Amino acid sequence: MSSTTQTRASKFSLSMLINDTRYRSTTFQVIALIGLIFAMGYLVSNLLSNLADAGLNISWRFFGETAGYDINQMPIEYNNQMSHGRASLVGAVNTLIVAFLACVSATILGVVAGVLRLSNNWVVSKLMAIYVEAFRNVPVLIWILIIFLVMSNVLPQPREFRGDAAASSMWFDMVAFTNRGVYIPRLVLDDLGWVVFAAFGLSIIGVFAFRRYARNLLFNTGRLIPTFLPSIGILIIPTVLVYFALGSPIGLENPALKGFNFKGGLHLRLSLIALWFALAIYTGAFIAENVRAGIQAISYGQTEAAAALGMRPGRIMSLIILPQALRVIVPPLISQYLNITKNSSLAIAVGYMDITGTLGGITLNQTGRAIECILVLMLFYLVISLSISAIMNVYNNAMKLKER
Amino acid sequence: MKKTVFLGALTVAGLAAGLVSAGTLDDVKARGKLNCGVTTGVPGFAEPDANGVWQGFDVAVCRAVAAAVLGDNMAVEFVPTTGKTRFTALASGEIDLLARNTTWTMSRDVDLKFEFVGVNYYDGQGFMVPASLGVSSAAELDGATVCIQTGTTTELNLADFFRANGISYEPVPIETGSEAAQLFLAGSCDVYTTDRSALAAQRANFPNPDDYVVLPDVVSKEPLGPLVRHGDNDWGDIARWTLNALITAEELGVTSDNIAEMSAGTNNPEINRLLGSEGTLGEMLGLDAEWAKRAIMSGGNYGEVFESNIGAATNIGLSRGLNAQWKDGGLIYSPPFR
Ligand SMILES: N[C@@H](CCC(=O)N[C@@H](CS)C(=O)NCC(=O)O)C(=O)O
Repeated sequence: MSSTTQTRASKFSLSMLINDTRYRSTTFQVIALIGLIFAMGYLVSNLLSNLADAGLNISWRFFGETAGYDINQMPIEYNNQMSHGRASLVGAVNTLIVAFLACVSATILGVVAGVLRLSNNWVVSKLMAIYVEAFRNVPVLIWILIIFLVMSNVLPQPREFRGDAAASSMWFDMVAFTNRGVYIPRLVLDDLGWVVFAAFGLSIIGVFAFRRYARNLLFNTGRLIPTFLPSIGILIIPTVLVYFALGSPIGLENPALKGFNFKGGLHLRLSLIALWFALAIYTGAFIAENVRAGIQAISYGQTEAAAALGMRPGRIMSLIILPQALRVIVPPLISQYLNITKNSSLAIAVGYMDITGTLGGITLNQTGRAIECILVLMLFYLVISLSISAIMNVYNNAMKLKER
Repeated sequence: MKKTVFLGALTVAGLAAGLVSAGTLDDVKARGKLNCGVTTGVPGFAEPDANGVWQGFDVAVCRAVAAAVLGDNMAVEFVPTTGKTRFTALASGEIDLLARNTTWTMSRDVDLKFEFVGVNYYDGQGFMVPASLGVSSAAELDGATVCIQTGTTTELNLADFFRANGISYEPVPIETGSEAAQLFLAGSCDVYTTDRSALAAQRANFPNPDDYVVLPDVVSKEPLGPLVRHGDNDWGDIARWTLNALITAEELGVTSDNIAEMSAGTNNPEINRLLGSEGTLGEMLGLDAEWAKRAIMSGGNYGEVFESNIGAATNIGLSRGLNAQWKDGGLIYSPPFR
């Protein structure tokens, strides 16, 4: 062994880097890498020297300076005396909020539409086909604007809710649809309110535990126990009991018209709704196609085989088809989630104050620090996208076909 | 997308450096066109007419500069900019001159590195509300929803005003003036706030102007004027003295009607220096002797430009107020042509 290595090593000559196929590709890769580093280095030094020539410099001080502008949707404490850094953070949280809402609703919409598109009911499947084609073939920016403009022009102004013979009225005195957004009741927690939430959280874990137990029971003994009603029971009953046992520690605060606007309750601004719905229905159409593709990837023979064994359609779907289909569905789903997050930067079109609106918009404009702002903005989207990919990959690995 | 932004930023930086050193006057002459940044459309100030020809009070500044430099007041490429895009457009060299009701502030001058060449309209920020709201002063606006254009001084003044008065508001940030007007008309906001001149201009073009009132409060100083990049003082001088020529022409009674006759020579030496029949002022700027004559003939003197675009006879109906000549008690004042 060692002698062969030695002979090889002794035979090595520089020309082999090019001529020997064992080394050639590495050689070229190294050359390309060096070239790339130089190119990037050139661009960056060019940028810096041009900035210096123009009398501009890179500085991050503005992040600590007073922002001076107000933001309407403030999920975290903010006022115009706080810093640009804080304003950017508010924007970042707003981005995450709309991205999260849109991902969840797009998934629900996509799964429902994707499954229904394969329905045997002609009307239902055609309706879903129309939904998919209509929504995925019109740019999402157009959907955002359509929803925004329709809502701002069709829905009543808050003023129209005023007076005895008001032109508009609230739903059950709880929900108001106005052209400034939708006002809904807000949960107000008393001191012990969190206990109810904790109980609910535990119930959710309980449901999963129960389902796992039922599944193991099925696989081990072949005994099938009902899961649907017990799950709902586990989910609701303890929470309700805790709620009343503690003397209703959670109340509702209804919105009410005061002055120019509704006060109290939760204000879902028009900009949030337009962005959220548009992203959800647009991306939902793509997810529907992924779901359909995933289901169709499982050969129909499996369905027939399961049916021959006497399984009912619902169980065939949940036990045979979906677990396998998920392998096909999840990877493209990741990229849809990434799309939602990145497309949420279209927020600016309707004045939703996401991070592109605060850091990449007002802050950039008021401070003139374009390069710094854009760099941070890129970093933000990069980190968020990579995190989503990482989380979804963990899930994907867990769902992978386990070969035995 | 991210990569393009980055490369874009690199090119922007590269361009900015390239253009500053080149000399804007030579660039404009070589191009045969002046690239002038204007609004995306504010009636009376800058808006394309039915034939697609840009018209307005700010547009007139672009045209006057083009006439002075290129001898043709139509040799202007108008670049519509929003409150947010205007400074990038100017810094990157996409435009040579920005004439877009832009407020002269210290940070824009010093930190953003622009050179304001003068003031063509002394303004202040105001508030417009539907008359039916029954509001008579801005202090009554507690809790109101306010439409504002992002990237403007308006945005910052608004925050200051409400904070100083200890009242709250809900901002609705919007990109362009026309979108803001749309939302305001639809009642998505109770209040629309911006420079009072722009409020008057937009109100005049509402379907029912009388249903809306501009509140008497003026909450800021907004000296609006044209600006250029830092670093090319010769070009800044041309823009500054073109504006001054229009102002001086009004002061000295030079109008588009009598300018042909006056340019042959008068017994007022300053008029002669202005119109080029005496002295070498044009040469000092790197232009010919008749530069100011052409600038004035482009749309008339300052007063004529004002009256024909936004003055009392137009539907916008602004009175001269602060923008009267200093002799008439206003602030419009040009240094002497000497
Ligand atoms: N003077 C202020 C505000 C300028 C401004 O944006 N005014 C609005 C008034 S409507 C405008 O010109 N909008 C036209 C547009 O969006 O294109 C500033 O310089 O920041």
